[in-house]
Amino acid sequence: MLELPARPQGEELIRTASLTKHFRLGGFLSRRFLHAVDDINLSIHEDEIVALVGESGSGKSTIARLIARVYKPTAGEIFHRGRSLSTMRSHREVLEYRGHVPMVFQDPYGSLSPVYRVSHGIMRALKLHRCDLSREGRQEEAERLLDAVGLVPARDFLGKFPYQLSGGQRQRIGFAQALACRPELILADEPVSMLDVSVRIGVLNLMASLRRRERISFLYITHDIASARYVADRLVVMYAGQVAESGPVEDVLAHPKHPYTQLLLSAVPDPRAPIALPATGEVQEPPRVIDPGEGCRFRSRCPYAIEQCSLVTPRLRLLRPAHEAACHVATSDLAPSAIDKDASVR
Amino acid sequence: MIATATKPLLEVKDLCVDYLTDHGAVRAVDRVSLEVRKGEFLGIVGESGCGKSTLLYAIARLLTPPAEIASGDIWFDGHDLVSMTDSELRHFRWKQYSVVMQSAMNALNPVMSIGEQLRDAFEAHQHFTGRQITTRSEELMRIVGIDAVHLRSYPHQLSGGMRQRAMIAMALAFTPDLVIMDEPTSALDVVAQRSLMLKIKQLQREFGFATIFVTHDMSLVSHFSDRLAVMYVGQIVEIGDTRRLFAEPKHPYTVGLMRSFPSITGELQPLAGIAGSPPDLARPPSGCRFHPRCPHVMPRCRTEEPEFYAREDDLVRCFLFDA
Amino acid sequence: MAIRVVTDQAAVQVPIVTGRRGALGAVTRGLTRNRKALAGLGIFGFFVLLAIFAPLIAPYDPHALQFDQMLQPSPAHLLGTTGTGQDIFSQLVFSTRESLFIALGAGLGATVISVIVGVSAAYMGGLWDHVLNLFTDVFLVLPTLPLMIIVGTYLNNRGLVVLIGVIVVTGWSYGARQLRSQALSLRNREFLEASRVRGERSAYIILFEVLPNMTSLIVAIFFGAALYAVLAAAGLQFIGLGDPNSLSWGTMLYWAQANGALLAGSPVWVLAPGICIAALGAAFALINYAFDEIGNPALRPVRRARAGRISMSHK
Repeated sequence: MLELPARPQGEELIRTASLTKHFRLGGFLSRRFLHAVDDINLSIHEDEIVALVGESGSGKSTIARLIARVYKPTAGEIFHRGRSLSTMRSHREVLEYRGHVPMVFQDPYGSLSPVYRVSHGIMRALKLHRCDLSREGRQEEAERLLDAVGLVPARDFLGKFPYQLSGGQRQRIGFAQALACRPELILADEPVSMLDVSVRIGVLNLMASLRRRERISFLYITHDIASARYVADRLVVMYAGQVAESGPVEDVLAHPKHPYTQLLLSAVPDPRAPIALPATGEVQEPPRVIDPGEGCRFRSRCPYAIEQCSLVTPRLRLLRPAHEAACHVATSDLAPSAIDKDASVR
Repeated sequence: MIATATKPLLEVKDLCVDYLTDHGAVRAVDRVSLEVRKGEFLGIVGESGCGKSTLLYAIARLLTPPAEIASGDIWFDGHDLVSMTDSELRHFRWKQYSVVMQSAMNALNPVMSIGEQLRDAFEAHQHFTGRQITTRSEELMRIVGIDAVHLRSYPHQLSGGMRQRAMIAMALAFTPDLVIMDEPTSALDVVAQRSLMLKIKQLQREFGFATIFVTHDMSLVSHFSDRLAVMYVGQIVEIGDTRRLFAEPKHPYTVGLMRSFPSITGELQPLAGIAGSPPDLARPPSGCRFHPRCPHVMPRCRTEEPEFYAREDDLVRCFLFDA
Repeated sequence: MAIRVVTDQAAVQVPIVTGRRGALGAVTRGLTRNRKALAGLGIFGFFVLLAIFAPLIAPYDPHALQFDQMLQPSPAHLLGTTGTGQDIFSQLVFSTRESLFIALGAGLGATVISVIVGVSAAYMGGLWDHVLNLFTDVFLVLPTLPLMIIVGTYLNNRGLVVLIGVIVVTGWSYGARQLRSQALSLRNREFLEASRVRGERSAYIILFEVLPNMTSLIVAIFFGAALYAVLAAAGLQFIGLGDPNSLSWGTMLYWAQANGALLAGSPVWVLAPGICIAALGAAFALINYAFDEIGNPALRPVRRARAGRISMSHK
C-alpha cells in the first residue's frame, strides 16, 4: 500500500467463519448445486484495505453480497464486531448494520436509477441512516459528501441526472451514497473495472484518501492485481469459490506460493516488465463449480499437481508471517498438523 | 520483419466519419491518416469514446447509418475501398481482409454450430466442395488451438476464450492479408487474455498477415505491436514505434496514460492519472482537443489545432514538438 | 465475464432528453418529437374536445325523435337521420363521451390489474410467481369474445359497469406478461440492489424504484388496453350485449344493423360510427408505437444521409 508505515492493527470489523453459499441450479426440485463459495474464513479490520482478487466465477462478488446481506449463507457465519449476523432479526438492527457496511457497485450505468436526480440515493441514505439530521442538515451533509468525493461544485452536481454525468463521476456518487451512512467498512465490488483507464486512478486515489482521512476500511474486489497492489494492504486470492492464498500485498506478490497466484502474476501484462513467457498449451478457464468432490479445484490446470491433490481439499496453512496458502505442494514441507489450527489465522 | 521500402498494404488518408444525430452531425473520426505495411502489427489505443472502434469499422467498410464516411480515402493494396459498392467489396471481404469483433457471443450466431458458421463463411466467398470445407475447418481449429470436435458445438457451449478463438479461426479462413481486431480480449480474464494474445502473435508470424488491433488497454499491446497509434477524441495524437513510444512518450496525453497504469513490479508510486475527463465528441474543445487537461498548455493550444510533427519516424500532434 | 468499458462521456447516440426534468420530462419530450405520437395525440385530442363540447357542437338533442326517418345527409342533417328519426350527427357527437369513457376506464382498469399481477409475480418469485403466471396464462388463452358473450348474457345486466368489467377481465392478461418480463429484467439492475443494500423496505422499492422505471411500458400498455377496449366495446354493443338505450358508437352500429341501414340505402349510419371507432383505435395504436420507440431507442427511425450532403472538401 502507498506511503504508509506499518500501522498497529485495529479491531476486527468483519470475520467470516466457514462461509459457504450454494445456488440451486434448475427448478426447486433440482439436486444440482453451484458452489459459489465454500468454507471461507476471512477477516477485515479497522483501517485496512483488503483486496479480494480472482477471475469471474471465483466467488469474490458472492462474498461481498453475503457480507452485505443480499444473499443468505448456505452454511457458516459472518460476525460483525463479534456479533453474528444471524442474530440480527429486527429491521432496525439490520438497518444499523447496513449503515456500517454499505456497498459500492461495479456498473456506473446501472447503479444509479435513471429516473431520479443523483441526489436521490444520497438523500434516501441520509434519511434512513442519519435520523439525527433535519432537512437542512441533510442538504448540507449531501453537499459535504460530494465535496468529500471530489465532485465540486456540490450543489450543481446534486441536481443532475445520471445521464449527464460521466462514468467516473457516477462512481463517485456511488461512493458518496456509501459515505452517507458513516460506514466503518465499504464493500467495493469492482468499482473501477468499467471505467476508462485514466479515470480509474482518480477513483482508486479517492479510496485511498477516504481510508486515510475518514478511517474507513475497504474490501476491494477486483480481477486486476495491479490496482489491488496500488491500494490494498492485504491480498486474498480466490479460485473457484475458495481462498487460494492470502497475505500482505507485497509479500504475496514477491513470494507467491499458490500455483494459481503464480499463473495470475505471470499473465498480467506489464509494459515495464520484460517480454512474455511462452504460452502454456491449451486454454483453460476457471471452472463453474457444480457439485465438486474433494480435492483441489485447481488441479486440472496445475503443473505441480500430485496425487494428494485429487484426494484431499487443501486447507489454508501459514507459510510465511501472516501469509497463508491452500496448496498441498506448497505446504508439503510443513509438518502435518490438525486442520483447524491454522485455518483462520490472520 | 518490416519491409520499409515497399508500398503499404493499407493507407488511410484524412478519413472523417460522422454520426448523424437529431442535433446535427457528430464527427467521430477526424482526419485520421495511417499506414499499415505487410505483416505489421499496428495497435490503436484510446479510451472509450475516442472513435477507435468507429475508425475500425470505417476501414472495414462496415459502418451502418447513422454513421457514414464523410470524406477521406482508404486504399487497400491499391484499391479504393471508399468508392466500392457492396458487391465489389464482397470480393475483398474475408479474402483480403477480415474482422474479429469484440464480443464473440454477439458476433457468432447462437443457433448455428461453429462448423456450420465456418461453412457459411466459406460458401459465401468461394466455391468449395464439402470435403474441402471440412478439411479446411479442421485445420483452422487446430491452428487456433481448439479441438476439432468443437466444430459441432454451439457458441454457448464454449468458454469465452474458445469463442474468441473460433472467431479468429473464421477470420483466417482465407488467410487474408489484413486482420482487423476490435478489442477481442476485453471479455476474457487475464490468463485467457494472455494466452490469446500469444496465439495471435504466433499466427501472425506464421502466416504473415498484418493486424490492426484496437484496445483500450495499452499494456496489452505493448509486447506485441510493432507500431502504436494513440487516439483522443476522434484524432490520432501520437503514432510511432511501440518500444519507443513506451520508453519516451511524447504527447502529454500519452504521457498521462502511461501514468495511469499501476504496476505489479518495481517501486510503488502514487499515480496522478490525467486531470479532468474526456470531452463530449459532439462538442470538442477549440484548438487542441487535449488542451483543457494538458499540464503543458500554451496560449496557442487554445486557438490553433496542431498538425502532426515528426520526431524520428514518430508523429506527434502537439505544439510542443513544433520545432 | 464481459467487462465492458463504458463510455466515459454520454455516448454519441445522444439521448432524447436534454432538458432538466426526469421521467415525465423524458416522456413528454419524446412524445412531442415523434410524428406518430403527434398524429395519435391529435386524433385523441380531437375526440376529447368533441366529447367535452358536445352540447355546443351537436345541433340537436340526440334523443329527439321528431325528424323524418332515414333521411339522407343534407345541410339540415349532416349525416342524415336514423330509422327512428334521430339526427345521426348529434348522436355521433354525444356518443363520443360514452365511448371515450369506456375506452379510458376499461383501459385503466386493465392496466392497474396488469401492473399488480405482473410486478408481484416478478418480485415475489418462487411459488407465487408460478401461481400468478398460471392465472395469467389461463386468462390469456381464454377466447375473449365467447367469454364476453357468456358473461354478458349471464349477468343479465347491460349496464356500463358490467361492460367495462367484462372488458377489464378479458383484457388485463396480455399486459401482465409484458410487465412481469420487464420487472424481472429490472430486478437485477444494480440500482435496485443498491437500494436494498441501503436498507429500503420492499414496498418502497417496488413503488418508488421499480415502477418509475417502468412508466414507459405501463403507459404503452394503457394505450394498448384502451385500444382493445374500444374495439371490444364496439363488438359487444354491436351484437346487442350493451345497453341499447345508451349513446355509444357501438350501440349506433347495433341500431343501424337492426334497421338494415345498408340495405335501406343509408350507409352513412354505419360508416360514421365505424370510422370513429377506427379512428380512435388508430390514435391509441399510434401513441402505443410512439411509446415503444421512446422506450427502446433501437426502434427509432434511423437518419440517413440526404443525397448531396456529403462534403468532399473537408480540410
